[in-house]
Amino acid sequence: MKYIDEYRDPQLARNLLAAIHRVTTRPWTIMEICGGQTHSIIRNGIDQLLPDAIELVHGPGCPVCVTPLESIERALAIAAEKEVIFTSFGDMLRVPGSSRDLFMVRSEGGDVRIVFSPLDALQIARDNPQKEVVFFAVGFETTAPANAMAVWQAAREGVENFSVLVSQVMVPPAMRAILSSPGNRVQGFLAAGHVCAVMGYEEYEPVAQEFHVPIVPTGFEPVDLLAGILATVEQLEVGRAEVVNRYARVVSREGNRAATEIIRNVFEVIDRQWRGIGMIPASGFGLRDAYARFDAEKKFNVSHICASESPLCMSGRVLQGALKPDGCPAFAKECTPEHPLGATMVSSEGACAAYYNYHRNFTP
Amino acid sequence: MTIAPVCPAPITQHETVQMAHGAGGRLSQVLMQRVFMPHLHNHFLDLLDDQAKLDLPPGRTAFSTDTYVVSPVFFPGGNIGELAVNGTVNDLAVGGARPLYLSAGFVLEEGFPLADLETIVMSMAAAALKAGVMIVTGDTKVVGKGQCDRIFINTAGVGAIREGVDLSCRNLKPGDSLILSGSVGDHGMAIMTSRQNLSFQSTIKSDSASLNSMIAEVLDAVPGVHAMRDPTRGGVAATLNELAAASSVGIEINETAIPVKPDVRGACELLGIDPLHVANEGKLVLAVASKDADRVLEVMRATEEGRDAVIIGTVVDDHHGMVVMRTAFGSRRIVDLPLGEQLPRIC
Repeated sequence: MKYIDEYRDPQLARNLLAAIHRVTTRPWTIMEICGGQTHSIIRNGIDQLLPDAIELVHGPGCPVCVTPLESIERALAIAAEKEVIFTSFGDMLRVPGSSRDLFMVRSEGGDVRIVFSPLDALQIARDNPQKEVVFFAVGFETTAPANAMAVWQAAREGVENFSVLVSQVMVPPAMRAILSSPGNRVQGFLAAGHVCAVMGYEEYEPVAQEFHVPIVPTGFEPVDLLAGILATVEQLEVGRAEVVNRYARVVSREGNRAATEIIRNVFEVIDRQWRGIGMIPASGFGLRDAYARFDAEKKFNVSHICASESPLCMSGRVLQGALKPDGCPAFAKECTPEHPLGATMVSSEGACAAYYNYHRNFTP
Repeated sequence: MTIAPVCPAPITQHETVQMAHGAGGRLSQVLMQRVFMPHLHNHFLDLLDDQAKLDLPPGRTAFSTDTYVVSPVFFPGGNIGELAVNGTVNDLAVGGARPLYLSAGFVLEEGFPLADLETIVMSMAAAALKAGVMIVTGDTKVVGKGQCDRIFINTAGVGAIREGVDLSCRNLKPGDSLILSGSVGDHGMAIMTSRQNLSFQSTIKSDSASLNSMIAEVLDAVPGVHAMRDPTRGGVAATLNELAAASSVGIEINETAIPVKPDVRGACELLGIDPLHVANEGKLVLAVASKDADRVLEVMRATEEGRDAVIIGTVVDDHHGMVVMRTAFGSRRIVDLPLGEQLPRIC
C-alpha cells in the first residue's frame, strides 16, 4: 500500500465515473472547498470527464489566496526590519502586497527564509538568540496545530525572540457565508480532507442540516475526488443532505484530539478578514492573551497598517464560487502568474493559477 | 617570556583557501602544484601558458559555456566538479558535436577546505577522462568570506560537429516521436532533499552523467535525428515547451509513459512539485522521424545512460507552441513552464 497508486487507479476511476454518469439525472452545482482539490481536479482533467450536468465550482480553501492584503503589508514591514529573520511557507513569498512581495524584500537585504514547518522557524530562533525570528502563521485548521505547537513550545522554553504573525482562518464559517450569500448556487460540498483530519466532521453536521446541503469530506487523489462527487450526487438526486465521510483512511468524526487541544490551548476564535471576501465573524484564530508576547503584530507594532484591495481584482467572486477563473475579463490577459492581479493567480492552490497552468487557451 | 629561537617562516601549508591563493604569487603556485596539476595535467596544461593552443578538426565547431553554483557542493550522487564537466560536455554533445576541450574557472571563497577542493578537482578529472575531453586551460580567483558560497565553477568547451548532422530545436516536424533517455527529476530532488533542511531522509541520487558517448552511438545509427536537448533546469517540461515554441509545433505526451522513480515521486508529492519541472543532469530528450524511433530506442537502451529510454509522445500540427499531456484517466492538460523558484505548497 503506497497510498498514491491505489487512489490514481485508472480502472477504479472509470468505474466511479460510470456510476456518476448513471446516477446523474439533473444539473447540480458542487463546490470543492480546498485549493488542493481544485488543483487535482484541473490537473487530472476530472471536470472534463464528468457529466455535463455536474458543475464543479471552486471554493475559498487556498490559504495564500484568502490571507488579507493588510496581513501581507504587515509581513513586508516586519521582514524589512534589520534585526528580523522572517520565516514563511514558500507560497507566501510571491504574494504581492500593494507594491512589492517578500522576494523583493529579500533582494533588498531582508533576511527572509522559506521553512517547511513553524517548528523549523522556532529552531532558527533558538539558534539566533540575538535576532527576532518571526513566522508567518497563515492557513486553515490544517496549519493551526503546528503553528500553535510552535508558540506553545516557545512559551515553555522561554524563546522570547520568537513570534508569529497570525492570519489563521476556519472553513465552516466560510461555508455559511457562501451559503447565505444572495446569489449562491452551491448545492453540495466536497469538504477539505486535511482540515477534517484535524477537526473531524461533527461541526459540519449542523451546516448540512441548516442549509440542506450534502457535505462529503474527501481527499485529493482522483479516486478520492470521484468517490466524493458520487456520494454528493447520490444524495442530491434523492434529496438527502447529510455528512458522508469518503476519506475514512484519514478522517474521523471527532478529528485529531491532540491537535484540536493544542489549537484551543493557544488560540481563541476571533473575527477575521478574508482577502476578496471581507470580514467574516468568528471565522479565524488569534493568540490567547496568555501568549500575547508571541504576537508579532503587537511586538512590532504593525496593527495600524491597513490596505485595501484593487477594485479591478475579481478574485473574491472566484473564491466564493460565483465566477469561474476563465470568466474573468483579465484572465490570462492582464492577469498571469508572472503578473498576478489577485492571490488566486499566485498560489499553486489558487483556482486561477490552476486554470492558467493546465487549461489556458486550450479546449480539451 | 621566551622568544622562538628561529625566524618564523611564512606558512605555505594551509588547510583552507587563503586570499593569497588567488593573488598570482607564491601561494597561487602552491595551489596549482598541490591541488590542480596532479589530477588535471596534460600536455596543454603542463606548458603553464596563459592560453591553450589548439588544433581543431576541419568543419564546424560547437562552443558552449555554463557556470555552476550548486548548493550543497557535495550532494548524493556527485559534486559540483563532475557536474561542471558533464554539463558542458552535454551542452556540446546535444548540438551533434564531439566534445574535445574544456576550460575551467574557479571562484573560491576564503576558508574553503583545500581537501574539499582536491576532491572536486579529482572528480572533474575522472569525469573528463570518462567523457574523453581534456581540461586545457583554467583560472582561479579567491574572494573574501561571504562574497561567494564556497565554490563556483565555470566551464566552457569546444567540440567538433559531426559531418551530415543538423540538430536544432527548430527542426521538429509533425509526426516526430519524442524519446526520453530515462527517469525524470533525479538530480533536482537529490539536491532539494539534501538542501532544504527536511526532516526526512531520502536515497535519491543525482543522475549527473556525460551523454556524449550515447549520443555518438545514436547519431552513428540515425544521423537524421531532428533535435536533442538535455533537460536540466526547468526539467522535461521546460525543454518540451522550448522545442514546441522554437519549431512552432504542438507536442503531445502521455503521462503513463514518463518514467519517475518511486522515491523521486514520493519526495515530489511531499513537496508539491511536478517531477516534469525538476532538473536532470544526465538525461536526453530527442525528436526523430517516427520511422527511425525504434532504431534509436534500440541503440539507446544498449547504453548505460539510456537503458530506460522510452517514447514519451509525438509532435503534432496543432496547439502550436504548447505541450499537452494525456493523463492516465484519458483527460488532457497543459504542461507549462515552471515559474521561477520552486516553492513547496503549504497544505
